[in-house]
Amino acid sequence: MSDSDPQITLYRLQAGPYCERVVRVLQDLDLEYASRFVEPMHSERDVVKRVAGSRPVPAIVDERTGVTMSESANVVEYLESTYGSGLVDGDGDGDSDGGER
Amino acid sequence: MVEFDVVDLPDADHVAEGDTAPEFTRPLVNDEFWADASLSELTDDGPVCLVFYPMDGAFPATYIWNELRDRELGDLLTVVGISISTPYAHKRLIEEREMAYDLFADPANGVAEAYGVAHDLDGMAGISGARPATFLIDEDRTVQYAWVAEEWPDFPPYDDLVAEIRALVD
Repeated sequence: MSDSDPQITLYRLQAGPYCERVVRVLQDLDLEYASRFVEPMHSERDVVKRVAGSRPVPAIVDERTGVTMSESANVVEYLESTYGSGLVDGDGDGDSDGGER
Repeated sequence: MVEFDVVDLPDADHVAEGDTAPEFTRPLVNDEFWADASLSELTDDGPVCLVFYPMDGAFPATYIWNELRDRELGDLLTVVGISISTPYAHKRLIEEREMAYDLFADPANGVAEAYGVAHDLDGMAGISGARPATFLIDEDRTVQYAWVAEEWPDFPPYDDLVAEIRALVD
């Protein structure tokens, strides 16, 4: 990736409903994110266990805040409370430009 | 090696030595997950050996990756494969071959087309893959060595490839 590396990494399944819920919130909040796809079998998800402590997805790693979190309800609440209503500028350039990118 | 003539492939108007390797972004699969990655992200870290191979599951993929795995080239440069197989199939191949290289998934075959190595599969309507091909690409994304199969089946000239890799990285 490059200079514009998203600070949020989303571990997700292809077309998992709980994962899609988080994706929708990320998009609604206009947040940049990088997707890492894992497989349905929990035994195939060592990378998620390593970064998040357990294997369920969705899980996110937010480099800006140092937060790692799983379970979609938690993640949605975290994203909305951290980035919703302009609390933190979502585009990572440090200014508060109302989410314009 | 075989008792009959293998089939000659038509001439390919492929990317050649001295050309800039076409940039692309595709899901890059490792043994744990996949995520979009570009060729230039890999070349930014050093030379890359890009290996086009027929889709996962048949003997060309198995033989090519067994050989490249056993030659342990990962300390010299980034070796990365690309085929039309899905990320799911790539994960199986990586696990089954116990290989230390990652694989790009390109089901629509656009990268092979961009490199001039696309190969329509006889008897599989609507499926185009890649003929075996290897491109050594330096940090400036210039192709330093290109080999493209002229027969079907055909396999990379491994000794020549490794000699070219050593000449490039030493």
